[in-house]
Amino acid sequence: MSLQTSGAQEVVLRLVNITKRFGALTANDAISFDLHRGEVIALLGENGAGKTTLMNILFGQYTADEGRVEVFGKPLLPGNPRAALAAGLGMVHQHFTLADNLTVLENIQLGTVPLWRMALRRSAARARLAQLAADFGLCVAPDALVGSLTVGERQRVEILKALYRDARILILDEPTAVLTPQESDALFDTLRRAVGAGLSVIFISHKLHEVTALSSRVLVLRHGRLVGEVETCTTDRHALAQMMVGAEVTPPAVTPATPGPAILTLRDVCTRNQGAAPGLKSVFLALRPGQITGLAGVSGNGQSALSDLISGLIAPQSGALEMANLPATWSPRAAVAAGIARIPEDRHKTGSIADFSLTENAILETYAHAPFSRNGVMNWRAAEDHTRHLIATYDVRCPGPSGPIRQLSGGNMQKLILGRVLELSPKVILANQPVRGLDIGAITYVHNRLLAARDAGAAVLLISEDLDEIMGLSDVIHVISEGRLSPEFPRGELTAAQLGLWMAGQGFSHAA
Amino acid sequence: MRLEPIANPGLARSLGYPAIALLATIVIASLLAALAGANPLFTLGLIVKGAVGSKFALLETLNRATPLIFTGLAIAVAFRAKLWNIGAEAQLYAGAIVTVILGTSALSGLGGAALPIIALGAMVAGALILLGPVLLKTRFGVDEVVTTLLLNFIMLLLVSYLLEGPMKDPMGMGWPKSAPLDKALRLPRIATGLRLHWGFGLALLAAFLLWFVQVRTTLGFEMRAVGLNPQAARFAGIPVNRVLVKTALLSGGLAALAGFSEVAGLKGHLSLDLSPGFGYTGIIVAMLAVLHPLGVVVTAIFVAGIFVGADSMSRAAGVPTYIADMLLATALLLMVLAIGLTRFRVVRG
Repeated sequence: MSLQTSGAQEVVLRLVNITKRFGALTANDAISFDLHRGEVIALLGENGAGKTTLMNILFGQYTADEGRVEVFGKPLLPGNPRAALAAGLGMVHQHFTLADNLTVLENIQLGTVPLWRMALRRSAARARLAQLAADFGLCVAPDALVGSLTVGERQRVEILKALYRDARILILDEPTAVLTPQESDALFDTLRRAVGAGLSVIFISHKLHEVTALSSRVLVLRHGRLVGEVETCTTDRHALAQMMVGAEVTPPAVTPATPGPAILTLRDVCTRNQGAAPGLKSVFLALRPGQITGLAGVSGNGQSALSDLISGLIAPQSGALEMANLPATWSPRAAVAAGIARIPEDRHKTGSIADFSLTENAILETYAHAPFSRNGVMNWRAAEDHTRHLIATYDVRCPGPSGPIRQLSGGNMQKLILGRVLELSPKVILANQPVRGLDIGAITYVHNRLLAARDAGAAVLLISEDLDEIMGLSDVIHVISEGRLSPEFPRGELTAAQLGLWMAGQGFSHAA
Repeated sequence: MRLEPIANPGLARSLGYPAIALLATIVIASLLAALAGANPLFTLGLIVKGAVGSKFALLETLNRATPLIFTGLAIAVAFRAKLWNIGAEAQLYAGAIVTVILGTSALSGLGGAALPIIALGAMVAGALILLGPVLLKTRFGVDEVVTTLLLNFIMLLLVSYLLEGPMKDPMGMGWPKSAPLDKALRLPRIATGLRLHWGFGLALLAAFLLWFVQVRTTLGFEMRAVGLNPQAARFAGIPVNRVLVKTALLSGGLAALAGFSEVAGLKGHLSLDLSPGFGYTGIIVAMLAVLHPLGVVVTAIFVAGIFVGADSMSRAAGVPTYIADMLLATALLLMVLAIGLTRFRVVRG
């Protein structure tokens, strides 16, 4: 189902020849398009295609090197977020920009009136907020603290914030990344209402089914260039994927697994809450060799606790983590020694040291052992040879082993991390969001490597917020919600909608 | 205005900005000299002459550089692991106290052979001084900037108490200083007739060893990893807290060697004016050297030269020696800016 432009051809936003260079890299190359009144445009592209740069130019965070932006026929002052706001642009960022310790109403007022007048304008603001909430089906309690809201509710606050400032053009950056399927549907309803009320929407995504469900037109960016502009009704997902990557895409073929007896078991494990993130609540989990166990769930529901536990960063508060030959004290080093390969959620902050070379990053887990270190003295030659081997085996595109890893793209960084842990022939692989932010080529590569490791007899735990990834790759699926783990479901037993209900916390027998 | 990181700063950029910073320092110093009513070029010339203009001046500069190399290395190794040790002054005095205690004890019977034992004892004392703050940091998250800084004052008061009480020299005519070390326990001159003692040689050795530790050993790898990204280091299995403790022991030990070398090499006794802020100046030395151990040797000599040169200039030209502090402060600020500019580009908008 797509939204049709109701014959209105009024151009509300026009980009002309927008070009932005960062050194030798051209992030945006002569991009031009029009956005019409009451239209939803989907901006589709792989990571690094230039979507975010383009939006940052629109919103005044960057200044374009060439080209111009017109909003409602008037040129937009470049490099000035205030001007963008005043012109009627509203942006909903992927990472919310709300103050947790203020109420919904205060967050929405913030920045629209001087601080000392906020209290005076409160009743007027409350009335306006109620009106907007009713008009767009965005129900949020105005006096609730933002810190106590769910992710879906926070997003509603972000949208209300933009609407409150009279945004006529809404820009949403990967809005569904943090939502359950049901919440996403609610968001789409809201956006449809907004469009019905004459707003225009730019929707940034890499999820093809959302793009086809919501937009009337799709713009495809690749390597900073606008490579395609199609009416949604005249295209399909396959064609879009091909346009986005520039090549034929083949998803990995999944064969049935032949699992063995459990190798890593969690028995009635509880862990402490970590700030706002819940800890694990009486979790039973068995990872079997030759099997991929998928863990679905909305982000912030205990995934990091489970991942930290298996990584060795935290120990169970009660219950037991059981694995053969487990050392007495549980630590990251013990986890590596026990044969657990850990692919962390944040490859930039946790998985690598940005200013270290590829070589130094490649031996980060094994530096203390021969051949990399003997009697406390490093053998850099051995480390560099090992790194060259990883670069060749795992297809890491890079200038060489001695440059800093921060110069690598996300995909190549992930390949090096993958090589670092897979070369140790692990018994268990913890893959936490292993393809987040990667392009389709790298995604396929990582998935194929995980499948190959599974077939070679590793037990894989795949944690992801992307249901398609979970359902496509996992042999069995658990859902995590508020630290509780659902029973194990074999592949294909549950539909996405059923999984969504579990993700929303329904079906769990005991309260948290 | 924003800063954009530069992936690969070229040679021109890496050397150009520091050179401009040095030039700007000279210009600003000239203005200060002119403000004090002296001929700028003449004043600066006197500083250079006073620092390196003669054999005597040069050796004096190297002598002055010796404690600065030790404290500079102590700061560099700690800062590299993002352990903010502001307490090199306290660790220096701890080293000096132990040097005097051991140097006036029965150990003096051993003669020169006792020197390594005394040096080791001094290092242990300095290391222990920093152990408290680092344990408070790793166990309870107490900010080490505050604890190490405040320990400096505690240590100065302790030294003051010792010099008025238990360690007071009975032959000292009432002056607050300790009894002198046995002649046999003084660090020998590097060559007869030269006023340069072996403390300088020890400092060079320490710089080289620290450089080796940082680039070639497992501990150095761990220290750099912890400094650059403790989260990733911990995840990878590097025992972050243990590395911080080891770093602190090394840093405190190095700073204590400054005290050892000043007492055993130069002064021969402990007094309250043993260090005119070597612990703090070590921070400037380390920062100017971008925390590189071999760079510390160069910047320590540079900083010492400015102090020694300014002393001699002040006698000749009547410009206050404060100009040395101003010169160094200017040089540090401009150099930090220059180092920033080699790594980042300023972008408008």
